[in-house]
Formats: sequence, structure tokens, C-alpha cells
Amino acid sequence: MSHLDALPPWAAILVAVFVLLGALLAFVGSLGLLRLKNFYQRVHAPTLGTTLGTFFMLAASITCFSVLHGRPIFYEVLIGVFLTLTTPITLMLLVRAALYRDREEGSADVPQVTPKD
Amino acid sequence: MSHSLLTAAVLVAQILLLLAMSFSIIRMVRGPRAQDRVLALDALYVNAMLLLLTIGIRTGSLLYVEAGLIIALLGFAGTVALSKFLMRGQVIE
Repeated sequence: MSHLDALPPWAAILVAVFVLLGALLAFVGSLGLLRLKNFYQRVHAPTLGTTLGTFFMLAASITCFSVLHGRPIFYEVLIGVFLTLTTPITLMLLVRAALYRDREEGSADVPQVTPKD
Repeated sequence: MSHSLLTAAVLVAQILLLLAMSFSIIRMVRGPRAQDRVLALDALYVNAMLLLLTIGIRTGSLLYVEAGLIIALLGFAGTVALSKFLMRGQVIE
């Protein structure tokens, strides 16, 4: 562990907390994907990992590399921007396709539309 | 002291991410329908990207960040193509 010794203690603790939080959120998201009952509930769970989990992991990575190299490094922001832009698009496409397939079959899983007034 | 804490934290995070990946693989195998499998694939590549970032922190190499960026790009294209296929029955019309 040569390069991690160069980190000052405050940075090491900050990176450790960020990494643990990010991994925990991704874990909870995947657990929801496994445990929830039907598709329209399951589609919500992994977004926990793609938004907040990715945010914490990227914060850990930025802190670690910026302190190690002694200059600000922001490559990781690209991943964050990209995931934030693309996750809603993919999930909207996927849920539209699922709705279409379920309505074709008359499945009982389709969420009912509640009237406005 | 704080460095052994960091090493332990990264190790625990990697174990958690591996568990998360195995959960999405179980969901992908179990189904029950095609859209569940596509959703599980989406979750799987996000978890793989997070795992690559933790490996990057442990080895101190910025290359893993680039690899994570490529996984994010290709995973997006793959999920969009698969949802389009589920909707229409073909990818390119």
C-alpha cells in the first residue's frame, strides 16, 4: 500500500466514508431489485445506486486522486453527468415497452390510472 | 491507522458491490419476463462501473475511471437498443 500512504488522515477518512456510503446504496438498490414484487415496483430500486451511490463513489474518487496528485482532477464528473442524463431516458423507454407488452396481454400488473377529480 | 481503515473500507465496499452484482444476476436469471432481465442488466453494468471505481481507488490508477466511462456509455446504448427491441420487435427500423 504505497500510494495510499501519501493520503493525509482527513482525506483517508473522507474517502473511506464516501466509498462505504456509495457501496451501501448500490447494495440496497440491488436488494430492492431482487426482493420487490412486480416490475413497476422493481424499476425504482436500482436508481438508488445510479444516482446517490454513483455520486458518493465519484466524490470518493475525486477526493482521492485530487489529494494524491496535488491538483484538482475532475474526469469523474463526466461519468456523473452522463449517468444523470441517460438513466431517465433508458428507464422511460423500458417502462413504455413494458407497459405496451403488458397491455397487449391484459396483465393484472399494470398500474391503474386514477381519475384526476 | 487511517490507512488501514481506508483499505478495510474499500474491501468492504468491494464485497458489497459484488453482492449487489450477484443479486442483479439472480434477478436476470430468474426473470420472470424480458423487461425484468433488461432492468437487471442495467443495474448490473452500473454496479460493475462502481466496482471499477473502487479498484481504481485501491490501485491509485486513473485508467479505471476511463474504463468506467466506457462501461457507462456502452451500457446506455445496450439498454436503449434492448428496450427498443421489446417495444417494436426490431432495433433499426
